[in-house]
Amino acid sequence: MRRYSMFAVAREALRFHAGWEKAWKSPEPKKRYDVIVVGAGGHGLATAYYLGKVHGITNVAVIEKGWLGGGNTGRNTTIIRSNYLQDPSAAIYEKARALYEDLSQDLNYNVMFSPRGLLMLGQTEHEVRGYKRTVYANNLQGVETRWIGPQEVKDLVPIINIDGPRYPVLGALYQERGGTARHDAVAWGYARACSNMGMDIIQQCEVTGIRTEGGQVVGVDTSKGSIDCGKLAIVVAGHSSVLAEMAGFRLPIESAALQAWVSEPIKPCMDVVVMANTVHGYMSQSDKGEMVIGGGTDGFNNYTQRGSWHHVEETTRALVETFPIISRLKMLRQWGGIVDMTGDRSPILSKTPVGNIFVNCGWGTGGFKSIPGSGFAMAELVAKGEPGPLAAEFGLNRFKEGRFIDESVAAGVAH
Amino acid sequence: MLTLTCPYCGVTAEETELAPGGEAHLKRFGPGSSDEEFESYMFARKNPKGVHFERWRHANGCGKWFLAARCTATLEVFGTYSAQTKEPPADIIAAIKAKRPGWEGYK
Repeated sequence: MRRYSMFAVAREALRFHAGWEKAWKSPEPKKRYDVIVVGAGGHGLATAYYLGKVHGITNVAVIEKGWLGGGNTGRNTTIIRSNYLQDPSAAIYEKARALYEDLSQDLNYNVMFSPRGLLMLGQTEHEVRGYKRTVYANNLQGVETRWIGPQEVKDLVPIINIDGPRYPVLGALYQERGGTARHDAVAWGYARACSNMGMDIIQQCEVTGIRTEGGQVVGVDTSKGSIDCGKLAIVVAGHSSVLAEMAGFRLPIESAALQAWVSEPIKPCMDVVVMANTVHGYMSQSDKGEMVIGGGTDGFNNYTQRGSWHHVEETTRALVETFPIISRLKMLRQWGGIVDMTGDRSPILSKTPVGNIFVNCGWGTGGFKSIPGSGFAMAELVAKGEPGPLAAEFGLNRFKEGRFIDESVAAGVAH
Repeated sequence: MLTLTCPYCGVTAEETELAPGGEAHLKRFGPGSSDEEFESYMFARKNPKGVHFERWRHANGCGKWFLAARCTATLEVFGTYSAQTKEPPADIIAAIKAKRPGWEGYK
């Protein structure tokens, strides 16, 4: 693999850019791999990357039924934050955020991490108390956040209306090193690094069955034939229940559609990410100038990547109240992704009832921000067969033991 | 937009008039059951990609709970029926089989 650098750009500029090589190879599947990762989204590719980088396991295939990064990795609002209430969540999300800081250097691929700052608005007395509690928890967890007053919010976000009649802005939970990154580049960067370590990334290859012998996984059947494996990592977000069904167990997961949409591009007007969870919308401005907007999840099971229109209307309406300047903006595109929701809104990184099958799922509406931390923790789980400190609390057994990591309340969001 | 006909009041309601209630026909386990049974009742869900039986409430209408058979892969609705049933009635099963000949049946 040729490294990307300023000199490479200069060199290619002198020869009509004819020398760029493919970022990753597209091989046919081998007969057997030590580890097969199902799902070439951010989480799957990050799992493979840290398996190679940290644990030295490179006889790995990442198989994907569609195209690389074409699921939720390419369908989110690219927000990165780690201001969670519960200790296990703060640990894994902060690990992810910290890895994002130098991910571009690590992967030699510009993921455009932009720690522009992130505000979660407090718009009711209850929300203010909840977020102050999160700030205190974050300070104990080593996650840098602070509470700021309404005037400081206005200084940071001049386009915001802090005097709304029904939901005035009373302050905000501020994470200065939160922000955004280029979502596709995260998948592409990991894919390139994995391919460079000799791993096979096999796209257009759908898993149709999981073969087991004596309670242990021995391989998978795919649309490109049968492939044997020593270990199997299922990292497929919305389709986790479908894969679990193939392996013969059920998960505490329900799949639903979550939508996002962008406006027409406008001049730079907001250089932080703003989340307004009481009125339920969040917005940031992309580097292209589009206002990137997200809202609530549908309440019913759905695999179609199409969401309900009324969420678009409700969220946009709420954001127009919060940001009157956007009221005349045209919306450009809208899309949906299938999120895998757990009851406590925390992820699952776990062993399963079948030997050597591991699952990484349940990230729900917070998948993108956690990609590096999730991959790091999952790689340790797959390599050692037992969870490390980051994944330990996120096992499937927490449901049986009533040991929930309750983030549905902490997020203050009704999804 | 998803529309369902309430089997009680007969109104064809769109989604904003309804509240979703998750998987239908769960077998309840309470005191005296094993940990596995209780966990599976509380948390494990079929979450199928295809035919799904689910609970809905006509929240901004007559207020009654009812059940629906719907396809999660296409959003097609096969029918709605009374909540006072232990498993899907024959006409609903027939409606699903007519549209999904390969369907394995209710289990």
